[in-house]
Amino acid sequence: MGLIRSHVLVCAGTGCVSSGCKMMQEAMQQALERHGLSSEIKVVETGCFGFCKEGPIVMVYPEGTFYCQVKPEDVEELVSEHLLKGRIVERLLYKEPVSERAISLFNDIGFYQKQQRVALRNCGKINPESIEEYIARDGYQALAKAVTQMTPTQVIEMVSESGLRGRGGGGFPAGRKWEFARVAQGDIKYVVCNADEGDPGAFMDRSILEGDPHSVVEAMAIAGYAIGAKQGYVYVRAEYPIAVERLSIAIKQARELGLLGKNIFGSGFDFDLGIRLGAGAFVCGEETALLTSIEGHRGTPRPRPPYPAVKGLWGKPTLINNVETFANIPVIILHGPAKFKSIGTDTSPGTKVFALAGNINNTGLVEVPMGTTLREIVYDIGGGIPGGKAFKACQTGGPSGGCLPAELLDTPVDYDSLTAAGSMMGSGGLIVMDEDNCMVDVARFFLEFTQDESCGKCVPCREGTKRMLEILERITNGEGVAGDIELLEELAEVISRTSLCGLGQTAPNPVLATLKFFRDEYEAHIYEKRCPAGVCQALLSYAIVAEKCKGCGLCKKVCPVDAISGDLRQPHTIDKDKCIKCGACVAKCPFKAISR
Amino acid sequence: MDEKKCAGCSSNTTTDPRYQELAQVIEQYRDMEGALIMVLHRAQEIFGYLPEDVQKIVAKELDLPLSEVYGVTTFYSYFSLKPRGKYRIAVCLGTACYVRGAAELVSAIEKELGIKVNDTTEDARFTLEVSRCIGACGLAPVMTINDDVYGRLTPDKIPEILAKYE
Repeated sequence: MGLIRSHVLVCAGTGCVSSGCKMMQEAMQQALERHGLSSEIKVVETGCFGFCKEGPIVMVYPEGTFYCQVKPEDVEELVSEHLLKGRIVERLLYKEPVSERAISLFNDIGFYQKQQRVALRNCGKINPESIEEYIARDGYQALAKAVTQMTPTQVIEMVSESGLRGRGGGGFPAGRKWEFARVAQGDIKYVVCNADEGDPGAFMDRSILEGDPHSVVEAMAIAGYAIGAKQGYVYVRAEYPIAVERLSIAIKQARELGLLGKNIFGSGFDFDLGIRLGAGAFVCGEETALLTSIEGHRGTPRPRPPYPAVKGLWGKPTLINNVETFANIPVIILHGPAKFKSIGTDTSPGTKVFALAGNINNTGLVEVPMGTTLREIVYDIGGGIPGGKAFKACQTGGPSGGCLPAELLDTPVDYDSLTAAGSMMGSGGLIVMDEDNCMVDVARFFLEFTQDESCGKCVPCREGTKRMLEILERITNGEGVAGDIELLEELAEVISRTSLCGLGQTAPNPVLATLKFFRDEYEAHIYEKRCPAGVCQALLSYAIVAEKCKGCGLCKKVCPVDAISGDLRQPHTIDKDKCIKCGACVAKCPFKAISR
Repeated sequence: MDEKKCAGCSSNTTTDPRYQELAQVIEQYRDMEGALIMVLHRAQEIFGYLPEDVQKIVAKELDLPLSEVYGVTTFYSYFSLKPRGKYRIAVCLGTACYVRGAAELVSAIEKELGIKVNDTTEDARFTLEVSRCIGACGLAPVMTINDDVYGRLTPDKIPEILAKYE
């Protein structure tokens, strides 16, 4: 094997695969061969870089040049200019949205400047299908340290001392959960990783499993040692095929090197892992439902207590943590709790990964120290709202969470501050909404989701969410009546107080949060029969603004029901009786002359 | 017989290689605790959906009541009891896609194909489904057709994309 002078890192996360990175990578290999460079330049497929919007992403080391939106036809130039002659291809660099300045180094890009990568430390840096690369970045050292130099109690003390809280959304102290599972009586115990990331608009766990699966494997083995379990399961969504594949490879490689299996590091500790696939049920993200599903049944939750730490999988004591929680563990064990606690806030140490999406310029995956404000995430990292539109709300916590308005943009992101502000941390979905999003419609969207995903076991959730959805549908259809808001509030209280599991208990949150901050939008729908954001079709009335209309006739051509009439170069008009409110004319009009 | 429409529902379970494959899968998982869901996943990969006779075989072989197998197949949205078209279109209706106009994509596809969500076209070419978040939120709104992912979509791109699938 010759010496490698350059590494070309190609992101192979789901975002970039969807953007066509595979074809680009093949073109890259061919171009390197054509130029006789394949022995000195190595192409590495990595996990997610986080900047999904700019994909496919390519990074050239040792320079650290960051190229974005690289297409197969760009590859020849990239190889012949940069890799052969050492000249940076400026047109493929990231350009700052405002100044248009091209930036070549990864760390100089605004999107990355305020980020600090702990859980995502290896994502985008190593080939996730190579255990050697993981080991080269201190992988499995934490496991070695734990099983050869520490007692289980010491491991748990370290996790407790770090102050790590569950990243799945609940924020329960991880160390306490581990301690409960350790002291629970039983000869057989299990470690389970919750990778059933069902929150729509969240993809943190998927990116970790795709980009750094060994960190989860290692952490689960450490957990097994700490609580006295010999077997672990990763419950992962079937909708994440790449994550499932890379995790399977990671487990196989770890077994081959003796890092899973019998007598790990000669310590006498045995541990192995299995994968169980979810099958598209959101409720299975709830821990007791997840365990029921691993057992092969309909994934319905069971009452707690007993908690899984006492009576979990197949009735045995079970430790269950989320992917991101596990991904933090090797760092804590290896570098100590003090270093971990130096990041973040007193009550929420460490970092949090967010999936930044919705109406924002830089969509992607970001990891920030706890305590970073929403404003920094939305504007400094996210680059603000596209098209010069106004920010309306930030949705966190998915179907269990809430929306925070512009006035609360300076809220620091940590478990307690977000809850106090009227939302919640959740698993890390962060969806930005702009002036064109109707908050009543957003609440309806989430209720439609939870109502559909309710498992049907308990009445408040099964029936209550349906009634709430009916009311919201009525309001968005322009049939809202006085008293609807109060009825929603009453139902919300009953559902959240009497439902069996977290799904039902939190299902009303999107409605309560939007009512708290955007009550005027509800009132406009009910009393004025008006949708201020122009989303709810039944409440719209399309009209052409005569002063703006140039009479080009495009709207007339696109209208499916011939509701638009007018002579060329004369202002057109819409026949309201014929109009079906499809919105095709609004999308087509180059002069924004159609109001709704 | 219209070969495109025929799902081979009455095919002989002893000669059809798919049933032999199913038997192998069951053998592989038989001793695993809680094997049912994993077996159903593999069975759906083999048959494209979970016909009644397949559920019966799984129930018999794993020694479970058919009611329990049926309970599981109908609980999880990933499992389908109906045959699906050659190409499965799934429009993501996760939050990120929704706020970026995924609902308009669904209407555009419904209009283009003349079917509603969860239906299959007459010629068994397309099945239209909506899916939960596939995690490609950076490219919202997105849809998948079998394993191909299409991102940054607008309704006007739909006819051109569908035309690629014969």
